[in-house]
Amino acid sequence: MVTIKELTREEYWLPGNSSCPGCPAALGLRMLGKALEGKFVLVVPASCTTVIQGIYPATPSRVPLLNIAFAASASAASGLRAALRIRGLKVPVVVWAGDGGTADIGLQALSGAAERNEDILYICYDNEAYQNTGIQRSGATPYGAWTTTTPLGKREHKKDVPMIVAAHGVPYVATASIAYPLDFVEKVRKAASKSGFRYIHLHAPCPVGWRFPPSKTVEVGRLAVETGMWILYEIEDGVLRLTGRSRVLLDPSKRKPIEEYLRAQGRFSHLDERDVEELKRYVEARWRELKKLLEERGGCLR
Amino acid sequence: MSGLPVTAIATPRRGAAGRTGLWRVERPVIDHSRCIKCLLCWLYCPEGAVVRHEDNSVEIDYDYCKGCGICANECPVRAITVVAERE
Repeated sequence: MVTIKELTREEYWLPGNSSCPGCPAALGLRMLGKALEGKFVLVVPASCTTVIQGIYPATPSRVPLLNIAFAASASAASGLRAALRIRGLKVPVVVWAGDGGTADIGLQALSGAAERNEDILYICYDNEAYQNTGIQRSGATPYGAWTTTTPLGKREHKKDVPMIVAAHGVPYVATASIAYPLDFVEKVRKAASKSGFRYIHLHAPCPVGWRFPPSKTVEVGRLAVETGMWILYEIEDGVLRLTGRSRVLLDPSKRKPIEEYLRAQGRFSHLDERDVEELKRYVEARWRELKKLLEERGGCLR
Repeated sequence: MSGLPVTAIATPRRGAAGRTGLWRVERPVIDHSRCIKCLLCWLYCPEGAVVRHEDNSVEIDYDYCKGCGICANECPVRAITVVAERE
């Protein structure tokens, strides 16, 4: 177990950057920097993080960072890894992409790199919409959520990207949340210690797009996990296990009512009873699937 | 324009977006007599604007703190209060 006190005091994503107050991406980048103590290379497609870097000639990033086109991050990272290998450098190549750049626009390159088992760590920070361009829906936006392109609430459920990646049979897949930074740090370190394609999906509540006060970023992230809306797990060599807070939540009575999560956010304020019931049904079904997988097959996906 | 790198490679700097503390409308204030040095404010600050000293005491860097208030929201002993920013 990683503890707060053993995390380095060194910052690798410097203060005074262009992130919004209460930004989960900035928090995630800080934690990523601390997890690997600055010894990695970043590849970033178009995303909020492009904006957070600010403008030339200054940047908050103390690690080398390659900006790349929306669809290309996993391919660029594959090439970068190959070039570093030729130079004899073992430094981890880490993709840091949003949910739009992962679930939608970058999915083809991501799938290709996963299938080739490229030696990269791909992290998707999931704020559940295209936040920096003005809160448009993405494939990762959950059912019912308001966005500027779903003014009455999205009608489709969230695309399950970590399970899509897991279906490629890659060595490591994990979900994490910015509300549990130590769990995230631990997963990053474990992923970095392995070779081949590794994927971490980081839930990242966005105060601007989800319509909650910036002081509540961590609280909303915690509620997502405690209500069972977001599930923390890792899949090592095809075997799934629940981690952190989610370990005790297989029992539905241990989960908080999802209304607590929904009520904390303006993007769900228009939901009627039927919408809430649909979300509950979806969450219950996901947990039932996981319970079956864990109890009948010991978590073995295949 | 001397001193700029030849290629378009940006260099790391605190305050790459300027003194972001100027964005603040509310200011977190730490009551050090209540602080238990748990470091949760330091951990959760998205900006890295909570300075952690050798002895694990903490201080807010008002040059860059954007005043989101996560530190106050997460402090388990309510040692951080949020007050209105003045001119």
